[in-house]
Amino acid sequence: MESLADRTAHELSGMLAAGEVSAVELTKDALGVIERTNKALNSFLTVSDVQAMSAAKAVDEARARGEKLGPMAGIPVAVKDVLVTKGVTTTAGSRILEGFVPPYDATAVQRLRQAGAIIVGKTNMDEFAMGSSNENSGFGAVHHPWDLSRVPGGSSGGSAAAVAAGQAVAALGTDTGGSIRLPAAFCGLVAIKPTYGRVSRYGLIAFASSLDQVGPMTRDVTDAATLLEAISGHDPADATSLEDPADFTTGLDRGIKGLRVGIVKELFTEGMEPEVAAAVRRGIDQLVSLGAQVEECSLPSFKYALAAYHVIAPAEASSNLARFDGVRYGLRSPDARDVTEMMMRSREEGFGDEVKRRIMVGTYALSAGYYDAYYDKAQRVRTVVIRELEAAYENFDVLVGPTAPCVAFKLGDRVNDPVAMYLADIATIPMSLAGIPAITVPIGLADGLPVGLQIFGPHFSEAQILRAAFALEQSAGFDSRPRRDFAHSAAPQAKPGQP
Amino acid sequence: MLVTRAEVEHVAELARLALTETEIPYFQQQLSAILTEVEKMQEVPTDDVPPTSQVIPRTNVLRADVIGETLERDDILAIAPAHDGVRYSVPRILGEDE
Repeated sequence: MESLADRTAHELSGMLAAGEVSAVELTKDALGVIERTNKALNSFLTVSDVQAMSAAKAVDEARARGEKLGPMAGIPVAVKDVLVTKGVTTTAGSRILEGFVPPYDATAVQRLRQAGAIIVGKTNMDEFAMGSSNENSGFGAVHHPWDLSRVPGGSSGGSAAAVAAGQAVAALGTDTGGSIRLPAAFCGLVAIKPTYGRVSRYGLIAFASSLDQVGPMTRDVTDAATLLEAISGHDPADATSLEDPADFTTGLDRGIKGLRVGIVKELFTEGMEPEVAAAVRRGIDQLVSLGAQVEECSLPSFKYALAAYHVIAPAEASSNLARFDGVRYGLRSPDARDVTEMMMRSREEGFGDEVKRRIMVGTYALSAGYYDAYYDKAQRVRTVVIRELEAAYENFDVLVGPTAPCVAFKLGDRVNDPVAMYLADIATIPMSLAGIPAITVPIGLADGLPVGLQIFGPHFSEAQILRAAFALEQSAGFDSRPRRDFAHSAAPQAKPGQP
Repeated sequence: MLVTRAEVEHVAELARLALTETEIPYFQQQLSAILTEVEKMQEVPTDDVPPTSQVIPRTNVLRADVIGETLERDDILAIAPAHDGVRYSVPRILGEDE
């Protein structure tokens, strides 16, 4: 069935302004798709239909009064369940937060509301954003809209599936080591992880504070630029947020003639699927045709980024997740004899496997006698990665490579092998460690599934990588229209990631 | 096995996780596999390299010391597992002999 929400935000924005459609009609369509498909996909944990309809009505009324509205006004957007929403259940995909209703909005959510975007619901995710397949959710796995037997990628898997199936026009995800980019690549979407500090982290339930960033997941580059603009900017509530101006939509179509592009050879890893590598190479050929100066380059430290990340991220997580103690919010195990037992049992019962694993790895890495060998070493390796990138950007405007070494894999394939699961993030982690912006664009198919090409630049270079992504998108001609052929077939049973 | 059973128990205690009997060997095996992967980074020479402390160099982010909007106590207590109207309630903190 056709739905208005299958169109892009910039197309709909024009239709809304011209009075061809109303925000109410559009929101109804998106909610209708959610109702018909969410059972199969499990992409939404909470659907805010009542709030969405009243927000849509308010946008239509504002328009009728002649108020000047921005490009996101009236557009149905999904929000990853790791961003707190006032009065709407927020779980971060964890049983420990089941039924938690936050008393305030995250800044990114507040900015969406100010821009007139219609929040249709909260999307499923790997618990506390820890995972690459969305199988670590405490509320069941999410299914890939192109093939229900496959994962959508993680951790923002619900957001990716929602946009790829037309349950929302765009979505917010969060990225700590690839959690926006990987699911976007798996589901054939555009997504950008902005420069660290570009978007406020206030109200983002923290996983690894030196890495976490909020970003848009959309069906094309123009929408990604527009949504990023809406959520960017300084926030007094986040001291790491930046004042730098955020204009990403001007000059998007300026082209990339003469752009110096470096292909990072280390990102074409040993275990990479050959068809994926071939698709990425074809994408790079298109950059050449578009007039870019493309050359191969080497950043040897990228080989060690995954290892450093799996010390730094868990170390920060072990500290951040200490707040879940059964005292102030979330699950409390009943009948404990004393407070320590209450905390230990609440955490044991509330956290899933991957979260426990990372808390323990992080605690181990920070504990007496191991700090220097693990945490300190990892932060030094991180410096090496940053320095190599800085040196590369002396010669290149942007760098490119694959977003993932593989296409969306089968549910259950990697869930009992954490090390194999971690490898899915091998091409997205170096940018996270360096805090630089990185975008993924769908450039073609391998084995009938989407492949993403990743473009990343120095700090604050969002406008530049968006421009390169836009040029590539025009030439790649990837069909990003939502898919929901499955709506007629029954979904296979999801197996949550438990031993 | 890189990580011993005693280390898993110790780390779980530090992290306030009451692991079950089946979880201990399960995590022992997985933690060992993860830490083996992580060992790879020892190959990078870093003696003359400082550890990263932040990725965007910023110093002394200051703000005016004024009272802004705050959340209401009642709203905050309302989301707690247990409270007495003005404070959080928790099980006994001190042992019998303390």
